[in-house]
Amino acid sequence: MDLSYSDDHEAFRTELRTFLDERLPKTLADKVRLGKRLIKEDHEQWHAILQEKNWHAGHWPKEHGGAGWDAVQRHIFEEETTKAHAPRIVPFGVAMLGPVLMAFGNDEQKAYWMPRILSGEDWWCQGYSEPGAGSDLASLKCEAKREGDHYIVNGQKTWTTLAQYADHIFCLVRTSKEGKRQEGISFLLIDMNDPGVEVKPIVLIDGEAEVNEVWFTDVKVPVENLVGEENKGWTIAKYLLTHERTNIAGVGFASEALSNLRRIAGLEMQDGKPLIEDALFAAEIAKLEIALMAMATTNLRVVSAAAEGQAPGVESSMLKIKGTQIRQEINNLTRAACGPYAMPFVSEALEPGSNIDTVGPDYAMPSTAEYFNNRKLSIYGGSNEVQRQIIAKTMLEV
Amino acid sequence: MNFEHTEERTMLSDGLRRLLGDVTDLKALARGDYGWSTDAWEKLAEMGVIGALFSEEDGGFGGAGFDLMVTFEEMGRAGAPEPLLEVVLAGGLIAALGADSQKEAIEAIIAGTTQVAFAHGEPGSRYDLARVSTQAEKTDDGWKLSGRKSVVTNGAEADLLVVSARTSGEVGDTDGISLFLVPKGTDGLDLRDYPLAGGGRGAEIEMTDVTLPADALLGEEGKAFEAIETANARATCALCAEALGLMETAKKLTMDYLGQRNQFGQPIGRFQALQFRMADMIVEVEQARSAVINLAGHLDDDRKDREIHVSATKQLVGQTVKMVVEESIQMHGGIGMTMEYDLGHFARRATMTEHRLGDALYHLGRFSRLRGAA
Repeated sequence: MDLSYSDDHEAFRTELRTFLDERLPKTLADKVRLGKRLIKEDHEQWHAILQEKNWHAGHWPKEHGGAGWDAVQRHIFEEETTKAHAPRIVPFGVAMLGPVLMAFGNDEQKAYWMPRILSGEDWWCQGYSEPGAGSDLASLKCEAKREGDHYIVNGQKTWTTLAQYADHIFCLVRTSKEGKRQEGISFLLIDMNDPGVEVKPIVLIDGEAEVNEVWFTDVKVPVENLVGEENKGWTIAKYLLTHERTNIAGVGFASEALSNLRRIAGLEMQDGKPLIEDALFAAEIAKLEIALMAMATTNLRVVSAAAEGQAPGVESSMLKIKGTQIRQEINNLTRAACGPYAMPFVSEALEPGSNIDTVGPDYAMPSTAEYFNNRKLSIYGGSNEVQRQIIAKTMLEV
Repeated sequence: MNFEHTEERTMLSDGLRRLLGDVTDLKALARGDYGWSTDAWEKLAEMGVIGALFSEEDGGFGGAGFDLMVTFEEMGRAGAPEPLLEVVLAGGLIAALGADSQKEAIEAIIAGTTQVAFAHGEPGSRYDLARVSTQAEKTDDGWKLSGRKSVVTNGAEADLLVVSARTSGEVGDTDGISLFLVPKGTDGLDLRDYPLAGGGRGAEIEMTDVTLPADALLGEEGKAFEAIETANARATCALCAEALGLMETAKKLTMDYLGQRNQFGQPIGRFQALQFRMADMIVEVEQARSAVINLAGHLDDDRKDREIHVSATKQLVGQTVKMVVEESIQMHGGIGMTMEYDLGHFARRATMTEHRLGDALYHLGRFSRLRGAA
């Protein structure tokens, strides 16, 4: 066993830190640090800066325009960018569709779509969930009927993150009602500017509308936009869900949130002393820190196996459960640390470009919003219940 | 032993449930500024609900722990954000300490025509009742107040504020805290009003040389702490009962959902994994109900026994709130996170009860200190 990083990996980390020091705009980092909401232009700005180094899709192979990082480099990138308060990279194009096209797309599709993901010309969103098809994704109903050289799409998707910014959506659609439910599903690319596509925001309990309903009414999609074979989209969906889940443990996010919590607990006073000196509160932080230390190593074990070419299996389910539990608990304790100032909720003060002051310390109000927003962590991407089912099914031979 | 509510209280509870079912508009709350409805308030007053929070000698017809429990459980069940807790705090302090002329305000409070708020918390005071740094200085013909009060629920809407200030002693001392009646619009009061995450509104209050007449002093100079602690105990009972009502509704919505939502060809409530969790939630909510009953039944005990029950109940209820909120949202999935669906409001409001009058961790520590000294 050797728990240290290789010299090459350490050199990469140094290079990355220098880059972040020099190139990450302070205004952007401050926004992220203070829990302000980011808008499309913020993401685009960061995308363009990363792309100067070919780092927006660093984990893509060089032949596709990436930097050819291994899993450890990708992990270091996520760790360092989170620590520096860089915006997270919106995953839909670069981490989801890109790898799908590499594995299942034809030459024309790769040649056309992939450079546009790298340049940021297209903003993608993901059309998987439907009102009746959440954890049970195979029961999806949104229908694509072949008519000549087009599919006609009708139906509804939901929980579509950042669809308000997207001009394209990759969808799982039903192309057949015959046979097993999983066998009639196809993977289709749809231009959201096409007539018949409608996006309706869903406001969540944190007061923000980052997710949407997407409605399709007789939307005409050229058959060239089918990825892989018709009725074989389930294979792609599974590929995406089990092999391309990145940063599922969220170690970087958790470490950052934990140091924020420690900072807040050092500033908040209880009985005339910093809250962090309260033995009970300190113990709660300590428990989380200990859990995070172990999880970080579990994560590295998986990352390192992946760098050796092994496909993560049930481990990604374990990381999803543990990682989201730890992050949610940190969010919970952070909200608690803020005391009565967790109650004011001036939603507009969190909006981009707002000049309205938050109430109380700058860290307090976003803590409630973040606590509620991150309830999603254990729900999306296959709920933690589904992950437990996967673990049990894989490990129990009954 | 008898764990039934009296007939009067059962009638109050039933009547309130019907009334609030009609006047609580959760959708408007989610859309709007998260304030409360004056219409609902008038109806509450008309029905005599505010009077149920005061004893007969103070002009009401209740005021016992179980009156608080019944009233606030229904407020919680409906998710109603009307500022009734402020009546228990500010109104309770006026009733406990007021001279006859000051107590005249109670009639208007019970009638619903005077709104009150208790301006006590300060930045840095967190949940410690003695950590008052606002200063009150005696002048020739009255008082002069300076300082800052934070997250004063109903502060901006209140016609009458009960404000705590230090007339002697150091920050943290229980001695030396005085209370003052400050009418709305008094010179030198600077208010910033804002919505609260759980509904209702709060205010930051900055006081610069607020000049008050001599009769603004409520009770004896420097001796208000005991009354504040008592009012706080009553308010904790009320808030815990409200949390119980909020949890009852979250629980009901979740049980209904488990029966309605189909995944993998059957209602998700057929999955044992969810059944067991639902069962755990049901058990914990019953525990919370018992904890609230404990506090309601011990509100008139000696100070120390009462405070042990205050911390025990707030700790247990706080812990249960977290479980019920998080489990309800999780078992609902995405829909549980939307403003459109009622659960979101109950989840936010219940969670925010943790940020008033001390959270579970704070009361765990306080409980063990109180017990340790026994």
